[in-house]
Amino acid sequence: MKLASQAHVHAETLARREQFDTAEQQRDASTLGMWVFLITEIMFFGGMFLAYSVYRTFYPQVFAVASSSMNAVIGATNTGVLLCSSFTMVMAVRAAQLGQRKAIITFLILTLLLGLAFLGLKGYEWTLKFEEHHVPGPSFHLDGVDMQGPAQIFFSLYFAMTGLHALHMVVGVGILTWLLIATYKGKFTAEYMTPVDIAGLYWHFVDIIWIFLFPLLYLIDRHLK
Amino acid sequence: MTMSQQVEHVDSVTTYAVVWIVLLILTAATTAVAYVDLGAFSVVAALTIAVIKMLLVALFFMHLRRSTHLTRLVVLGGLVWLMILLMLSFADFMTRGWTGVPGR
Repeated sequence: MKLASQAHVHAETLARREQFDTAEQQRDASTLGMWVFLITEIMFFGGMFLAYSVYRTFYPQVFAVASSSMNAVIGATNTGVLLCSSFTMVMAVRAAQLGQRKAIITFLILTLLLGLAFLGLKGYEWTLKFEEHHVPGPSFHLDGVDMQGPAQIFFSLYFAMTGLHALHMVVGVGILTWLLIATYKGKFTAEYMTPVDIAGLYWHFVDIIWIFLFPLLYLIDRHLK
Repeated sequence: MTMSQQVEHVDSVTTYAVVWIVLLILTAATTAVAYVDLGAFSVVAALTIAVIKMLLVALFFMHLRRSTHLTRLVVLGGLVWLMILLMLSFADFMTRGWTGVPGR
């Protein structure tokens, strides 16, 4: 290995590891690798969207009542918060492309705060569910439906889907914190900002999952109420 | 390594800001339209807006419109796989009542 690297004219850098011919090739490989991971995530969440769709078809009336019991204002606000965080994230990536260290830090902090705001609102919403006895279990009760079983299926799916999404947000917050420290230490330059770039892809992906969760869980049967 | 090989395209702040504002407007629209009785069309309206939002995020924020052909092909392949999961499963669950076989 030592001999091989000495044979190269250029020294190995973060922006171009020795197994790549060019920095561009390395960047493309990183992007592609991240997308392959995101596709496994699409299939992961896809199974839950499928379960939701199938049960919604089986019990349309129960799902309509259960879905209408959701607080659409909290849901819409959280969607807005997440979209704002995607904007600040893409601005952080842009700052990284331009090698503006201070701007990266500013936008990463904003993204982090918006992500935490989303999780806070989510936590508040879950607390409401416990108070309203809308958590599946012995004390579960949903007004306005005869079939409490299928109603619990709706809320099981609600907690599973929003819970898995929130878990991804928590992981995202961890990634952002690491990025902040690395940026502060001056690890990233305009030539090498791959971690910021692919963390951005992850953050936007989690945003896209919520873009579908919001109408499906909160909105589509509201007119029936 | 010359600079010209290093530089990748950097989108303007205006581009990102416009996409961001449109996303917020679409969120308000999907919320508002949920309170209007469109019958079965409400699901179509909600999902159409969601797909438009997804495309905006993927193309602009995730830079898919500037990605390599290989990356785009892989993403498209992933979505095709998701469609296989959804459509083959629906082909089962949605048609079980058709035959009238007891126990489905």
